[in-house]
Amino acid sequence: MKHTLKLAGLTGFLSTLATSALAQEAMTLDQKVNEAFATSTGWFVNFIFMSFPGTNFPWIVMWLVVAATVFTLYFGFVQFRFFKHAIQLVKGDYSDPNDAGEVSHFQALATALSGTVGLGNIAGVAVAVGIGGPGATFWMILAGLLGMASKFTECTLGVKYRNEYEDGSVSGGPMYYISKGFNELGLPGGKILAVLFSVFCILGALGGGNMFQANQAHAQISGIVGDYPGWITGIIFAGIVFAVIVGGIKSIANVTEKVVPIMGILYVGAAAIILIVNYDMIGWAFGQIFAGAFTGLGVAGGMVGALIQGFKRAAFSNEAGVGSAAIAHSAVKTKEPITEGFVSLLEPLIDTVVICTMTALVIVISQQLIVDPETGNYMLNEAGTAISTVDGNSGVSLTSAAFGSGISWFPYVLAVAVVLFAFSTMISWSYYGLKAWTYLFGEGKISELVFKVIFCIFIVIGAAASLGPVIDFSDAAIFAMAVVNIFCLYFLMKLVRAELASYASRLESGEIKKFNH
Amino acid sequence: MTIRIVIGLDGTETGERALNFAKDLASKISECELIAVYVIEWSPFTFQTAEENAQRHKRREEEIALATTRIVEPAVASLQVDGFTSTGLVRHGDVAETLNNITGELGGSQLIVGRASSDGFAKRIFGSSTQNLVMHADVPVTVVG
Repeated sequence: MKHTLKLAGLTGFLSTLATSALAQEAMTLDQKVNEAFATSTGWFVNFIFMSFPGTNFPWIVMWLVVAATVFTLYFGFVQFRFFKHAIQLVKGDYSDPNDAGEVSHFQALATALSGTVGLGNIAGVAVAVGIGGPGATFWMILAGLLGMASKFTECTLGVKYRNEYEDGSVSGGPMYYISKGFNELGLPGGKILAVLFSVFCILGALGGGNMFQANQAHAQISGIVGDYPGWITGIIFAGIVFAVIVGGIKSIANVTEKVVPIMGILYVGAAAIILIVNYDMIGWAFGQIFAGAFTGLGVAGGMVGALIQGFKRAAFSNEAGVGSAAIAHSAVKTKEPITEGFVSLLEPLIDTVVICTMTALVIVISQQLIVDPETGNYMLNEAGTAISTVDGNSGVSLTSAAFGSGISWFPYVLAVAVVLFAFSTMISWSYYGLKAWTYLFGEGKISELVFKVIFCIFIVIGAAASLGPVIDFSDAAIFAMAVVNIFCLYFLMKLVRAELASYASRLESGEIKKFNH
Repeated sequence: MTIRIVIGLDGTETGERALNFAKDLASKISECELIAVYVIEWSPFTFQTAEENAQRHKRREEEIALATTRIVEPAVASLQVDGFTSTGLVRHGDVAETLNNITGELGGSQLIVGRASSDGFAKRIFGSSTQNLVMHADVPVTVVG
């Protein structure tokens, strides 16, 4: 009964946007959706991105970077000390053959990566570089390296405090480690914080994990086939996602999970080819990245503008500190929760340090960003908010143009990749959102169906709304998860340190043995 | 000294012939233990959705239960009825590698498997796996046609 009432309340809240927007006339649906959306979410976005008084530095960006730095120092640069060990774990060197058939470290990592590698790496980087200039890349890499420690912390806890049910299925994530961990430490408020995290996780799933994906997928498709209303893309996407998450049509998900990694490899391969062909410009591009990182090279906000964009897009892309990965990683079979922490720290490295950097290098090398020949600085657009680009491209179309300048047919491949990445990210986030939803409202078919239907409605809204409000809300919702998650991680990190100390000593003494030599 | 022979089953007629061959062979050896093994093809390097991962342990248990009741237990029962000392095992993994590893772990002196089966699932399991086994096994392998 309690669950039903809560369910009805939150459902009503979440449906407000959907119903108010979708009730509009079809002819102006996109504009109406956009307007209703911007109005209803503005207060939330403003709060999350509030700047420190007298500066234009959002407190949330500082929150993430300080946390990643604290975890890096607290665990003694775990991301570097245990990097080799993380690779060995993914290779299965320490996996007990008797556990064959369970979820492997590789599978947990790949699943988590399929939720993070996607539009953040393609469109998000273009947004960062388009606004913050090449210098944003430097801060993005730094945030990625530091974020490895945040990911390590949350994923270790995700496995340690997951729920294992009698039927053998598992549920894990911040909502579980917050409530159980606080309880174990005798701290009050664990349950309330877990509920708060779950609410933000649902919003994050509907925002960055859904609307942003639908929005950019539509932008990509309409860029190729010509402009048409976004709600059409939204309805098609919603139909397919509905078929998978509600209809249980596994074949679509199965095809996606095979094709997405291939697309990822193809994307990195194409970027590598462009970089190899333009190898003589790589030095110059890195020069731009370093110069831009500390001077801004004329971008809005100068060095701080570059830094904010780099940190923001890194966090949005690799989700370190957000808590989403802890949900994905918690299914792994291991007797040592910390091993999944080691494996998970590879995620920001692959996602941000490798893939995002390659995207940024391709954009810089392709010279899509217009430089003032007199000053050598980048030229801003009329509004002074972003760098002028060739053909005025931004977001995914900027990345597409950059790749197209090197490999003419690649925008078509990219369009397919974007759609598939968007789809796989939506499937992943529908699961994260669902886990938060069932934490709040209990497991059960009706409860799950309600969330899944709301999720599909938001796909339509996301595809119809314009990029600005969607990207703002997506960022805000995902960062709101990080507010609660990181706050709790500060209290729980000592539990991880105890695990780390124990594991490190047993690894050194040879008690923890390799199975594959 | 007990000689242990590992029989790779695939749930088809070919596996059945391997079983019969093992019986013939074992009847000529005074102390012999027959170990019937079914390996469920699985790789730790596949891509799965988060939901599949969450359900994986449950599915694994179901797969093991199914293989045990449908394939391994009937084989072991058949061997025991004919008076042989016999045990059964179900494992996940690469078929050739896992059969070879099990044989090593249990101190088996040889492996008996069916030849590549002619269709569908069985072919996938025992097609190239048989070849791999013959090429790389640490003990003698008998392939029954």
